[in-house]
Amino acid sequence: MSAKAYSVIGTRPIRHDGADKVTGRALYGADFTAAGLLHGAILRSPHAHARIKRIDISRALAYPGVKAVITSADFPEAAERTVDMGEGDTPLSYARGNVLAIDKALYRGHAVAAVAAASLHVAEEAAALIEVEYEPLGCVLTAPEAMLETAPQLHEGKSNLASQFQHVLGDAAKGFAEADVVVEREFNTATVHQGYIEPHNATALWNNDGRVHIWCSTQGSFVVRDCTAIILDIPVSQVKVTPMEIGGGFGGKIPVYLEPVAALLSKKTGRPVKIVMTRKDCFEATGPTPGSFMRVKIGAMKDGRITAAQAYLAFEAGAYPGAMVGPAGMTVFAAYDIPNAVIDGFDVVVNKPSTAAYRAPGAPNAAFATESVIDELAQKLGIDPLEFRLKNAAKEGTRRVDGPKFRRIGCVEVLEAMKNHPHYSAPLGGPNRGRGVAIGFWFNVGLQSSATLNVNADGTVNLVEGSTDIGGTRTSIAMQAAEVLGIPVADVNPSVVDTDTVGFTAVTGGSRTTFATGWAAYEAAQDVVRQMKERAAKLWEIDATAVSFDAGVFTSGERKLTFKELADRLPATGGPIVGRATVNPPGVGGSFAGNIVDVEVDPETGKTSILRFTAVQDVGKAIHPSYVEGQIQGGSVQGIGWALNEEYYMGADGTMMNSSFLDYRMPTALDLPMIDTCIVEVANPGHPFGVRGVGEANIVPPTPAIANAIQRATGVRMTRLPMSPPAIMEALWRESSSQRSSGN
Amino acid sequence: MPSQTHVTTTINGEPVQFLCEPRQSLLECLRDILGMTGTKEGCNDGNCGACTVVFDGRIVTSCLVLGVEAQGKEISTIEGIARGNRLHPLQQAFLENAALQCGICTPGFIVAAKALLDQEREPSEERIRFWLANNLCRCTGYDKIVRAVEQAAAVSKQEAAR
Amino acid sequence: MKWFDYECPRTVEAAVGLLSAPGRKVRALAGGTDLLVQLRAGRREADLVVDIKEIRELNELRLDSTGLTIGAAVPCYRIYNDPAIARAYPGLIDAVSLIGGTQIQGRASLGGNLANAAPSADAVPVLIALGARCLMAGPAGARSLAVEDFCVAPGRNALAPGELLVSIHIAAPASGSGAAYLRFIPRNEMDIAVVGAGASVVLDGNVFAEARIALASVAPTPLFAAQAGDSLIGKPVGEASINAAAEIAKAAAKPITDMRGTAEYRRHLCGVMTRRALTRAIARAKETN
Repeated sequence: MSAKAYSVIGTRPIRHDGADKVTGRALYGADFTAAGLLHGAILRSPHAHARIKRIDISRALAYPGVKAVITSADFPEAAERTVDMGEGDTPLSYARGNVLAIDKALYRGHAVAAVAAASLHVAEEAAALIEVEYEPLGCVLTAPEAMLETAPQLHEGKSNLASQFQHVLGDAAKGFAEADVVVEREFNTATVHQGYIEPHNATALWNNDGRVHIWCSTQGSFVVRDCTAIILDIPVSQVKVTPMEIGGGFGGKIPVYLEPVAALLSKKTGRPVKIVMTRKDCFEATGPTPGSFMRVKIGAMKDGRITAAQAYLAFEAGAYPGAMVGPAGMTVFAAYDIPNAVIDGFDVVVNKPSTAAYRAPGAPNAAFATESVIDELAQKLGIDPLEFRLKNAAKEGTRRVDGPKFRRIGCVEVLEAMKNHPHYSAPLGGPNRGRGVAIGFWFNVGLQSSATLNVNADGTVNLVEGSTDIGGTRTSIAMQAAEVLGIPVADVNPSVVDTDTVGFTAVTGGSRTTFATGWAAYEAAQDVVRQMKERAAKLWEIDATAVSFDAGVFTSGERKLTFKELADRLPATGGPIVGRATVNPPGVGGSFAGNIVDVEVDPETGKTSILRFTAVQDVGKAIHPSYVEGQIQGGSVQGIGWALNEEYYMGADGTMMNSSFLDYRMPTALDLPMIDTCIVEVANPGHPFGVRGVGEANIVPPTPAIANAIQRATGVRMTRLPMSPPAIMEALWRESSSQRSSGN
Repeated sequence: MPSQTHVTTTINGEPVQFLCEPRQSLLECLRDILGMTGTKEGCNDGNCGACTVVFDGRIVTSCLVLGVEAQGKEISTIEGIARGNRLHPLQQAFLENAALQCGICTPGFIVAAKALLDQEREPSEERIRFWLANNLCRCTGYDKIVRAVEQAAAVSKQEAAR
Repeated sequence: MKWFDYECPRTVEAAVGLLSAPGRKVRALAGGTDLLVQLRAGRREADLVVDIKEIRELNELRLDSTGLTIGAAVPCYRIYNDPAIARAYPGLIDAVSLIGGTQIQGRASLGGNLANAAPSADAVPVLIALGARCLMAGPAGARSLAVEDFCVAPGRNALAPGELLVSIHIAAPASGSGAAYLRFIPRNEMDIAVVGAGASVVLDGNVFAEARIALASVAPTPLFAAQAGDSLIGKPVGEASINAAAEIAKAAAKPITDMRGTAEYRRHLCGVMTRRALTRAIARAKETN
């Protein structure tokens, strides 16, 4: 609850890129074109698991209009080694293999070969002429099945169980023995996709001087640069990435899929090559978030104190190791102060696309399990579900099961805001209705960011940064610089630039952009102020330490110069001023979010309607409240989709049967009410303005909040996502037949 | 290669001619032949609405129209919405309400919403949600989009009253 | 998408000539909302696409004393935007206003929905319930067919080679009649029917004089549940008769399990949706009485 008065922070200016984005002028990756542009198409595996015995590209190469065909054999020779693709060490063959299959196709849709041609239609026709001889192998699609000894093995000589971990705190057995009530349930969640509207795209030019230039839509231009360099075994200095506008990512546009392929095709043809995925490709061959099998057990005493908790988390990594089970293990009990706990996590490869981050990756799965069990415990103990949570809520000093102690956090404040919200006490007003609550946690991340500020003689400032803007971050970053400089935010012109033009900046992800790149802008602005004080001192012929600066005005005694006036004097006092900063901030502040949701379930069809939805989140400090609300609303609605209908519906052969927006069923405008937001501001002591980051925690509570509401509406506890109409109907049938057989 | 087809049409009030293959969609023709990339591709099967244009007075998904069908027709796209140097009230309302985050769906939403407001002065929230159900947005949860359309309707009504 | 040629004939005769071209895979294009998706995905093939939207008869939308004639290329929005048609055929309006979203309705035609012959086609059950007939033209001349006989297999219709669906005709509504179409979908729009039910009734006071029921997505083709409708004739309107008809419809269904629902769930929904569609049709019939 920051009492400090700001002049820019907390206001709602129109975003700097707004006019471009409402007129169609903003250029996204697929909008890029260049003289001599060729179009690429990718041939993908029709099998979920198969050995690639032979690839014959001759017919495709001979097809009129075709300029080049490549397979994984076209990767330059490189010895197998571990490489850092931004998320820890990975064998080079895995990094390359997900881009173009090497020896084996590991999921349906796995890229096998690529064609460049004068037109997209010709490239697609030619791709269909590539002959691939496959030896189909048995496929395995879920973590529990893949962990069986008899399961088909994806990577030869390596177990499908890629890694496992255990976190222990206290003595769980003792804790459960002390408990008056113990609830244990098993949960399953389906694979879901980020569902960004813009398909992946990349254009690459391998220039005649050996330099590779890439234009693409990505969450991290430097990730694309570094990963492309690794995969193609060329120096980072030879790769330049120009980030185009990006049409949504949510974690899914961090990995590279197309860039190295387009680059290899460009190398072969000497021309720029553009590849754009189809929607089906996006579903089948990018990184969705893991499906999971979980078992959660929690015990509590009659007075509502939790004594022990246990979690078993088995996550589907997809074709290559790296399911987000780690963060799931770190968040599964993070909202609570639990003295005794054990958490086991398993990262399991299966014949599905290699998973990627999706908004608080791992946490929504884990929270679905934990918050459902918490709800059931509260019911069994006869305690209000919010009171039960408050009684056990994590606070400053609470030790997480995985080790760290919380610094100042807003879990209690979020729960209090929920309890005091008029929604919580409003009447439900009809039959078949129920109200559910749940909370969730996400860490947020820091990571490296860079920014420079160029002061113009008219007192405006050009802000140069490297965080691709997916949701108004040009403005939320510029606002922090403007606040420091005491100038209107309209006088700061932010630009997101290529990797040659700004210092290293990590991905737009982890709710870090407004936090970390905003911090870089803050520091760069401080650098500007420091230098401008020197100029004022020079003009006034005093020592720089005698110049003070406040609210955009430099003063020393009676003497005064506004930022604008002093900017005008820069040419005459030594030339332009460039403020710059790089940061790798340690002071990350985790964010808690909570939902109150009212549903109505049609008892004849099992269909759930969301009647009212309130989303509460501790954001630390809302820099631009409209876009903060937007993040909360967007994350909530993705959570609603995850809860009710979204899933990879897989055939037994590993084919995704619903790989279109028609059948994947993301929420439309007609499926939702307004999403009420309630911003809680418990300042993060680790950020100059108290920012925590807002992008992710909001997707964590919706699935359990809705499950808890459905339970109250129907009496049935859903333990499987999605809670689709047939799933609820079947649960209702099971419930009524078990009631009949038990004579109730 | 079989020969291309010559198409004469009207886009945003201007006469336009282009050559295309019969298999090319209107979306492809707009973007790849005419360089009008404001109309976006999200799914290429009519389910996301990012490619919405007005085609002979009705909104359609331009991925499901052939370029050759544009012969003799009138088409309006996102590039034709602003009033010269002034934004259309819908565009202004989208900015003021933060009704866009990544912005990829925004052209389709604005074209579709404008078609609604052109025929109905005061659509209800339910009506707006129904009309826009063919337009997917993954960032905003639609709340601010619906509010922007409501605000634009109110502004247009005031303008009409003046 | 593979190359195809494109023709845009102005007359039925010219269209039939093109559709009869020997040795060519020819497809008629109306709204394109099914065809272009299928061609792109390789689910159908064409080397000639015949755009039928410039043919006068296929654009006809006429309400007269004989009933309603809907040209095969008339897009959905023209049907629901016509106040007289909306008043006379509210059951038809139910169907055409929920095919796809607004943009799809700007293009998709009733004729295309029928000719595409999907088991899930939203317009077909209510057309069957209303006793609509298809009017076709072909090399051998014109003929007509009841809508329930038009779809013969998933994606296959009764059109002979070279034959064109020209229009659909629905008789003028009898007094005391009402119809409705309802579908169940997990979302509220932009979805394919898990089960759809069309019902049409004619009431004589509180007794069913006529009743027809048809279902979507529960069989290889849209399903005419004749016995379900027949069971109502002569019975008083009420829960008992409606529930009995719904049970018969349920028994007639032959659903499969797929991504949209299990066979068991679909069979259950047959009963629910039939009951709801009948109830709505009855309410409308009572309004017109």
